[in-house]
Amino acid sequence: MSTSSTSDVHAHGGHGEHEHNPHHQHHFATMEQQFDTSKLGMWLFLATEILLFGGLFVGFGLMQHRYPREFVEAHEHLKQLVFGQHFPLYGALNTIVLLVSSWTMVMGVNAAQTNQKQKTVRYLVLTILLACVFLVVKYVEYEHKFADHLLPGIFYGHQAEDLIKGTHGYATFFSFYFMMTGLHGIHVLVGIGLLGWLVMRARRGEFSSDYYTPVDLVGLYWHIVDMIWIYLFPLYYLIS
Amino acid sequence: MSTHTESHTHHGGPKIYTANLFALLFLTIITVAAASFNFGSANVVIALAIASVKAILVGLFFMHLIWDKPVNAIVIIAGFLFLGIFLMFDFLDVTTRDGMQPRNMPVMENATPVPDTMNPLKAAPPKPLEPAPAAPEEHK
Repeated sequence: MSTSSTSDVHAHGGHGEHEHNPHHQHHFATMEQQFDTSKLGMWLFLATEILLFGGLFVGFGLMQHRYPREFVEAHEHLKQLVFGQHFPLYGALNTIVLLVSSWTMVMGVNAAQTNQKQKTVRYLVLTILLACVFLVVKYVEYEHKFADHLLPGIFYGHQAEDLIKGTHGYATFFSFYFMMTGLHGIHVLVGIGLLGWLVMRARRGEFSSDYYTPVDLVGLYWHIVDMIWIYLFPLYYLIS
Repeated sequence: MSTHTESHTHHGGPKIYTANLFALLFLTIITVAAASFNFGSANVVIALAIASVKAILVGLFFMHLIWDKPVNAIVIIAGFLFLGIFLMFDFLDVTTRDGMQPRNMPVMENATPVPDTMNPLKAAPPKPLEPAPAAPEEHK
């Protein structure tokens, strides 16, 4: 296998089944090695993402330890009245949207792996639409917070609370809330951009069972964004 | 390229992915339901445990770790491991601060009395301040 591909380096095409793949870069012995290398690089990047959000999670945990009462009271503002019950409507809705989008993403990767061009495009577009739904829900949620002056740090100005006793705790909670959901939202935006780029390339028919690395790697990125939300949801919306 | 195409056939498939999605949605319902009960401090532990099961399901099936070369799993597990170390030492610090005092700190109530000889404030009382203001005058 290695001998056939090294001899192919300077002979573009015309070798039947051992044709040189146009995506095969000359410094990799085989396409498989190239794929594994890209994938390992992506996983290293994802590990740094874990550490980026991990620092914020640790900070959130420490502040919750410091202001336990204020954090529980502040998180009630993330809930809405649903049939007379306080329920984290937006948070739960976005959890479901992201989980389903992870499924459409992995189905898109599967379609690319099995040479189904139309299906690949369809699943990727579906993933973009679900990501947009996520951001719309997020926007509505933020809008309510802005209207109530539930803002981070020094901008906090919710008048209904006991301003002397709890302001530090509430302001800290909303600082972390906006910082972490905001950073997560930026990751979703980046994901939409990447998915749009994949749709363009998939429509041109660039992906096949021999070369689907970009679809696979963006898929990994999209799943880590989902995974971060899986931790964000119970920690912010379900404290008690 | 024969080995390359063979490696695709080991990867999941729509059935496994769909089953995984339903498992994740089911666990979401469980975590919301569990939060409505008051288990005291166990609530956080339960929520994080369910979240971790969901994260592992996403990692194993959606991110193909179960079929992948182990090196990718090692990388991401190392990331979580170091996050765990970070979290553990931070909480070891903040949750034990009240219980620890320097031996020579005299102001704490209920603290074990420190012998005067070991207390720098009592063993060597500061000199009276009278000579200090007088010093500049002598130089005039």
